[in-house]
Amino acid sequence: MDAFEVVKPGFLSTVQDLGRIGYQKFGVPTSGAMDRTALRAANLLLDNKEGFAGLEATAEGPTLRALIDVVVAIVGADMQPLVDGRSVECRTAIEIRSGQTLELQRARRGLRAYLAVAGGIDVPTMLGSRSTCLPAAFGGVCGRALREDDRLPISPIDRQPTALIGRRLPSGWLKPIDEVLTVRVILGLQEDEFTSEGIHTFLSESYRVTPQMDRVGVRLHGPAIAHRSGADIISDSTPLGAVQVAADGQPMILLADRQTTGGYTKIAVVMQEDISRLGQARPEQVVRFRQISISEACAALRTYEERFDVLRRTWQSPPRERGSYRLRLGAGSYRASVDEVRGAYRVSLEGIERELDDAEEQ
Amino acid sequence: MSIRFRDGGESCLVVELGNAIEIALNRQVRALSQALEQVRVKGVLEAVPTYRSLAIYYDPLTIGRDALRQQVSSLYGSLADQGDRTPKIVEVPTVYGREYGPDIEFVARHSGLSPDEVIRLHSEPLYHVYMLGFMAGFPYLGDLSERLAVPRLSTPRLKVPAGSVGIGGRQTGIYPIESPGGWRIIGRTSLRLFDPSSETPTPILPGDKVRFMPIAQRGRL
Repeated sequence: MDAFEVVKPGFLSTVQDLGRIGYQKFGVPTSGAMDRTALRAANLLLDNKEGFAGLEATAEGPTLRALIDVVVAIVGADMQPLVDGRSVECRTAIEIRSGQTLELQRARRGLRAYLAVAGGIDVPTMLGSRSTCLPAAFGGVCGRALREDDRLPISPIDRQPTALIGRRLPSGWLKPIDEVLTVRVILGLQEDEFTSEGIHTFLSESYRVTPQMDRVGVRLHGPAIAHRSGADIISDSTPLGAVQVAADGQPMILLADRQTTGGYTKIAVVMQEDISRLGQARPEQVVRFRQISISEACAALRTYEERFDVLRRTWQSPPRERGSYRLRLGAGSYRASVDEVRGAYRVSLEGIERELDDAEEQ
Repeated sequence: MSIRFRDGGESCLVVELGNAIEIALNRQVRALSQALEQVRVKGVLEAVPTYRSLAIYYDPLTIGRDALRQQVSSLYGSLADQGDRTPKIVEVPTVYGREYGPDIEFVARHSGLSPDEVIRLHSEPLYHVYMLGFMAGFPYLGDLSERLAVPRLSTPRLKVPAGSVGIGGRQTGIYPIESPGGWRIIGRTSLRLFDPSSETPTPILPGDKVRFMPIAQRGRL
């Protein structure tokens, strides 16, 4: 069922899900959303599965004409979305009526916005994923970015979930990117190929995102990171978020469409949550690296996943009564309110706050 | 021989079995990869064998790094001596020279050989497939005759056509899709090396053997 027709494709709009797992041994890049946090949240807003395919818009969004009534959510960079010329909210489930035009404009903050559609975008699954793989030109819509007149199909669902309209992501749930983006890294791949000064440089200096940045990776510029003897290794696997340092000493962070193997030394790997934040970095963004241990990374990952658990629990099992609730998760506690809108319950999460002291009593 | 673990972030464990490009070592990597696939460790998402190491991608909230290390160590300890299966031989029909292999004259000059000798030296060996990587379906084949070792292009070509057969260092490989590339291109095949609509998307797999079959249209420039 075609849901949208592309009026203007935007700078680079591709269909992405959470990526292609299991085919790197054939040399197939994982692809997938550059900001997975945003895509997952957009899907959860619509009661979609988190891994449903959505549209990733880059820098300047597309203009789409709805061919049917659909419920959508836009999360990520602020592209000041308009429906028939009137501004609509981001991070909120909204309805677009058949014949209306959704326009995503130039990103004001951040770089990539995700459009999720109730039911999910239904391009053919190839090698286990609907993600567009630009380097090998398959997946998504014909293996490429959207073009004018393309159509975006969605999975048939009984009816569009209009009861969700107005559901919004709690304010503060998405962390904005600060002037300096500090990404947490785990050392350990070819760490010993660098001098201790080189590692010190990497962990203490600031780097700037250069215009050489795309879905393959982000090239940074800053003080050179010194190798012991050289930058070449026998080619091996290149994990998502690996920080590769070639002979010029400049770091490049490998992202969704990276090669599966590479022959340059890798000094560290960015932890998962921060890889999504890099997906919103624009040229000139200042990046710093902070070393964490594996156990710290796992703890951070658990906290990160709990943020999604909060959304799921709030939205997917709506309480039967109106009122205010308190959700406890680990050391954090969250206030949720439930009210009735047009015969349906609307649940919103407010001001995520941590109340360490009195949480025990709740 | 002992193995060495390296962390590729919180969700990737790299198991290094050595630090050389050698068929026996590479065979061990593949054996470990297959053993891991067979036992289906919960939380392991995929494993990527390369020349001398295996990268294991996992969900650290399902299986801890230390537990995974232990499993891998014990799997490695119980690997049987590799009487490898009889490898599959893939024949790659190749047109050498002319517009299909624009660098063959350079390679000939550089090695002090005639183009025909280059073709003979390149198509003679039964190559081992060390791994797939660089791009979807690209096989790293070795070992190339020492006499054909040439420097890479100082400026990579922006477009190398699909099917191009290239050489670089002691390796040879085939570009499955059009892409930029810095290897010297000496021929081209019509064999399709990547088909994303198939669950096994590449006809050439790690551990296979490859032989280039020169076909007629060659001739001197």
